[in-house]
Amino acid sequence: MAFGSFGGDVVAVEQPRRSSRAALWLLLPGVVYLAATYLAPLVSLVITSLKTPDLVNFDIGRYLYAFDVQNYVHVFTQYGAIIARSFGYSAMATVFALLISYPLAYFIGVTLRKYPLWQALALILVIAPFFMSFLLRTLAWKAIFADEGPVIHFLQSLSILGPNAHLNGTPTMVIFGLTYNYIPFMALPIYTSLERLDLRLLEAGSDLYANPISTFFRVTVPLSLPGVVSGTLLVFIPATGDYINASPQFLGSTQTAMVGNVISDTYFNLLDYPSSAALSIILMVLILIPVSVYLALTKTEDLL
Amino acid sequence: MPRSLPEDPLIRSLVIHARRAQMTRRGVLAGATAGASALALAACAPTGVTKLTPGTDVSSTDKSMVWANWPAYMDTVDATGAHPTLDAFTKSTGIKVDYREDVDDNNSYYAKVKDQLALGKDIGADTVCLTDWMVSRWIRFGYTQTLDHSKIPNIKNLNPSLLNIDYDKGRHQSLPWQGGFAGICWNKQEFPNGFTSVSEMFKEPKLKGRVGVLSEMRDTIGLIMLEQGVDIAGNFTDSQFQAALAVLKQNIDDGVIRNVKGNSYLDDLKNGDTLAAICWSGDITLINGSNGDKWTFAIPDAGGTLWNDNFLVPIGATHKANAEAIMNWYYDPQIAAQVAAYVNYITPVVGAKEAAVAIDPALADNNLIFPDAATLKKAFVFRTLTPAQEQSYGSAFQSVLLGA
Repeated sequence: MAFGSFGGDVVAVEQPRRSSRAALWLLLPGVVYLAATYLAPLVSLVITSLKTPDLVNFDIGRYLYAFDVQNYVHVFTQYGAIIARSFGYSAMATVFALLISYPLAYFIGVTLRKYPLWQALALILVIAPFFMSFLLRTLAWKAIFADEGPVIHFLQSLSILGPNAHLNGTPTMVIFGLTYNYIPFMALPIYTSLERLDLRLLEAGSDLYANPISTFFRVTVPLSLPGVVSGTLLVFIPATGDYINASPQFLGSTQTAMVGNVISDTYFNLLDYPSSAALSIILMVLILIPVSVYLALTKTEDLL
Repeated sequence: MPRSLPEDPLIRSLVIHARRAQMTRRGVLAGATAGASALALAACAPTGVTKLTPGTDVSSTDKSMVWANWPAYMDTVDATGAHPTLDAFTKSTGIKVDYREDVDDNNSYYAKVKDQLALGKDIGADTVCLTDWMVSRWIRFGYTQTLDHSKIPNIKNLNPSLLNIDYDKGRHQSLPWQGGFAGICWNKQEFPNGFTSVSEMFKEPKLKGRVGVLSEMRDTIGLIMLEQGVDIAGNFTDSQFQAALAVLKQNIDDGVIRNVKGNSYLDDLKNGDTLAAICWSGDITLINGSNGDKWTFAIPDAGGTLWNDNFLVPIGATHKANAEAIMNWYYDPQIAAQVAAYVNYITPVVGAKEAAVAIDPALADNNLIFPDAATLKKAFVFRTLTPAQEQSYGSAFQSVLLGA
């Protein structure tokens, strides 16, 4: 909607077409693809989450088809705190990413508009880290923030950190890692919105005696909202399920486990498939709730 | 109730058109859902406990085999990446070995191959080396082939104490490759006096937040249980296990232990995040060689755990005789000594120590590679758990690791 608002006089009424059948046929490959790669696994996930241990031939990883709702109760009581923690970390990372990305995107999309070369270079700088595996980049942060590493020594010499303080394995580091890794997903959609911001509207704002701050909040922000909304979702949804940053192998520790770590450990180490499936479904549902509320509040569902 | 259609004929036809399209779309989606459910149900083939049949052995016509093993577990010439003892094997028998460092963790390797195993299919390896408790699971599930001892005459060199292990009496399904101790290690520049027990490490104020423990349950809990005077090789009780787990949880909650890790604990030792840890014997020799001589390994006074990684032939493997030939090769004391000189773990082959004297007398004196009776007296093998215990202990241990 927002994109189309300034598109000039488009003739809205089209000739009635009789191509709907052909359109449906064209949809077929997509539907088949979705059925095979999304619906079927989803159904299988639900079925797995309701399985029960084979008590006759009990052994590791051996489960029977059943309707065992107890799995959900078990994982929720056992890991409820970790699920809450995941949402907390992810929400904070999303806010930080937004606070960092918005000025960045504004600078690239609006300020640098007059210098296309610089704009292109700045964009490349945002995207460039993508060319290196994010596992390696995360491990690099771990080395930089190591107890005997340069950052800690510097902060200790300034007495900001105590003599026995550390950063790796703390919630701060996990949120830092999430923010760092997902910033491009926030910056790029906002940039796309701001890049087509019509500067004449800002002039119009000042012509109407609005000061820059109120122009920003009344013109720029609403027009960039689609980018902000998609950026927030692109960060929040995967960050909640992230299991790399919080894992003890990377920036986390036993104190910072997120729900993704629980799912992965339950699946691979305990071979407890029903519990990991139940956790996945709980996570999916819990993400859907805030996301739909958010979309309803920002009224941007037609932009997704 | 749908609203009555609008008067205007153009809008009216548009609405009708839109409704029809919507109906059809719904129909398509319903069809797709039905298809998906059918797919899912089809995937749910009954998973009864069936007896699997071993793969057909084509060793006599195909002189090749694949060996999946852990990293840094084979003698290697650093410059070329060649494995001298493997090359000599190929030269002597004509069997080409595709040696792969595929096993990084018992659980993750198992997760990768379990579906093929359950169907009795070839997992792409003719022999794999896995740790005792994982081997015991494979044998229990019927995922291994029976070894023909007549093709492995050198089995006579097997250390007698390893022959009648509880999960494989007489070693008809598995054969030890290398073993090792889990004990404690510390940075000797920071702690020249060292430690003699796990609880000393936990109590040292300078180590708060700098202690590491292993994510391998049997090693970490095993060491704590030993210190509590529990016989981990015998019939300990659930409450004795829980008591040890409580100590671990306490130290994690208090922030004494910052991290619980698998093989990657070495990174933390190297970058100084960890100054003392529960660790594996061979690793410390290795990083002392590569990162400066900074660490000391010791078996705690109360005892350490002893484990073995074992050869086995997966059920669907098609080169069993070739796999047996290579087991026989590495049970030659001369060859075993060459491997021991590189990997720094305990060899199960009797006579390798005598052979090692010829390579390097200091090597033969290393108690962590060729343990003497006094060292072995301090090392205990964690008892094989029943499936129910494996599940409940594993689940409790994981909860502690996740801080839940």
